[in-house]
Amino acid sequence: MKLKKGVPVIDQGNSLGFWGGKFGGNFVPETLKKPIEDLEILFNKLKKDKKFITERDKYFKNWVGAPTRFIKLENLTNHIGGAQIWSKVVSDANGGAHKIYNATVHCLLAKRSGKKIICGDTGAGYAGKMLSMAAKKFGLKCKIFMGAKDIARQQPNVKAMKKNGAEVIPVYSGSQTLVDAVSECMRFWVANCDTTAMCVGSTVGPAVFVRICGWSTSQISRELKVQLIYEFGSIPKKLKLYNCVGGGSSSFGFWNEFMDYDKKQVEFIGVEAGGPKKSKKHAAPLTYGSKIGILHGAAQYVNQNSDGQIEETESISAGLDYPGISPLHCFLKDTKRARYTAASDEEALNAYKLVTKFEDLRPSLEPSHAFFVALKEAKKLSKDTVVVINSCGDAYKDRGILEQRLGKKYVKSN
Amino acid sequence: MSNPISVAFKKARAENRPALLTYTVAGDSSKKQSLNILKAISKNADILELGVPHNTPVADGSQIQTSAYRAIKKGIKINDIFRIVRDFKKFDKNKPIILMGYYNMIFQYGANNFLNKCKTSGVNGLIVVDLPWPENKDFAKKCKKKSIYFIQLLSPTTTSKRLKEIIQNSHPMNYFISMLSTTGGKLKVSPLEILKNYNRIKKINPKKEIVIGFGITDKTIGKLKSADGLVVGSAICKEITRSLNSRQNPVTNVGKLVRKLKNRIK
Repeated sequence: MKLKKGVPVIDQGNSLGFWGGKFGGNFVPETLKKPIEDLEILFNKLKKDKKFITERDKYFKNWVGAPTRFIKLENLTNHIGGAQIWSKVVSDANGGAHKIYNATVHCLLAKRSGKKIICGDTGAGYAGKMLSMAAKKFGLKCKIFMGAKDIARQQPNVKAMKKNGAEVIPVYSGSQTLVDAVSECMRFWVANCDTTAMCVGSTVGPAVFVRICGWSTSQISRELKVQLIYEFGSIPKKLKLYNCVGGGSSSFGFWNEFMDYDKKQVEFIGVEAGGPKKSKKHAAPLTYGSKIGILHGAAQYVNQNSDGQIEETESISAGLDYPGISPLHCFLKDTKRARYTAASDEEALNAYKLVTKFEDLRPSLEPSHAFFVALKEAKKLSKDTVVVINSCGDAYKDRGILEQRLGKKYVKSN
Repeated sequence: MSNPISVAFKKARAENRPALLTYTVAGDSSKKQSLNILKAISKNADILELGVPHNTPVADGSQIQTSAYRAIKKGIKINDIFRIVRDFKKFDKNKPIILMGYYNMIFQYGANNFLNKCKTSGVNGLIVVDLPWPENKDFAKKCKKKSIYFIQLLSPTTTSKRLKEIIQNSHPMNYFISMLSTTGGKLKVSPLEILKNYNRIKKINPKKEIVIGFGITDKTIGKLKSADGLVVGSAICKEITRSLNSRQNPVTNVGKLVRKLKNRIK
């Protein structure tokens, strides 16, 4: 299995949509073949269309707010005493997380295809919140599927979705989290694909959704590249890009523009959710060597039992609480372009405490996983190494959990 | 020797009626009970579809999901399902059985292993919901070598070009999804419209048996009589749930329901 140079990773799948010949694909009910093919044709055309790109960039700049900041975390750098620690503050984006890029592009595509309704899944609520914002902006009706457990633990985002006029549909099946929300959303699309567009909230699902999402979030690394050159004059000789990985949309977007660099120069580190320390359950299929299986239309490494039933996950972070992982990341793992590891719930909380103690930055529980690994490793790295962590979400949505786990002061003082 | 599925269609045709296909989930609500349900309905059903329960079903409505979760909760494994088929075949060896499920279960078992097990336990056909054409080409070939029908799904969204291609490459039986819906949705198009689509497909190759499924109940089945075969699934799963909730015997109740369905298409 080999990564090609000079070809965008999203376009490196074969004719059936498999990366590396085995990840991804289109394991979908017959009813969805046509709408997926229509979407593929539309996307393939528009991603080469200069007018469409200009339109996208206009919304990214004026509405999403590009570029998001790239800042040095001076106090943390001093405290850790190793590599230089920087952060790409993607949570600056309109709505507070990277999910806005994919949501915006899907709404633009839905408009072009003449669909009036858009449906989407959400875990942490960010994908849903952003889709509801974009749907409102572009005049589409919006339906969001969300696990009942997630609805309870991510109330601020649920309120935001409702305020934007979206219908939030609770999903009570299975573990009542993201995996069930995606299933239910796909079922809704099966029954309504003639009138409704679907937005899959991450780089997962049938191949075209993986591609659209990866194409959209790549805005992050396009900005970062410019910002790195502005700060350092060129791409640093030792650059390490840390990102949390649930479905894998923010990390893929954070890395995409650097894909062709040698990994000795630009290393990618993906941090999965290891779950509670005392629990055997986790959401880290790459780190813990889960077997390849099929989930939500795509072949990927996925937590499952020997019969092929998808296993329940457990993580403090709703956004990472997914048993599978993007086919793109499976591909990056097997081609050894990226390295994957995991952080536990407790480690993510500790990192959150540390970051908020030293910096005026408030990463949500998802990027806190990446912060933990980055800060641990930065200690042992030389001063000329540049560590960048994607702070891809804001902790506002996590107030309830943070208050419960860390006490009130971590909510109020920040 | 011809596949019992084809024999079942012939027999129904001789009686001037469509074949009745039932769908129940293996292991719902227990291994023993699901076997007993098969035995109770085999007199009136021509072909028995047995669902392989999966916990992330992307094409099933709430009735079949409920049945599947119930079966998984009771601990059903793939090998149990083969055992149910084998035990049933001891009871009625000529009644065709079709397993219906999602590809990950087959993938984890290993496609060759799975097909060997199908063969030895007496499975006659397979429907894999999320393995569409052309992704299913290789697997369908493997089925053919074992004389197991791989049943292609066709939907109202399938384009004419695709329909032709699929049917040309298909085994003797195909499955037409009546409408845009998950299983068990309310019939949102008229039976006349469904039959119009059905006839369009049938014309491509009249020799292929085409069954219609999704949303068919005892209320609607009579209006679709001109098809080669009709599948009732969610309505049966619903009856199992209803029986359990009212502490009645699902085996007797499902038996009665299937007899009623049969009477509606005679």
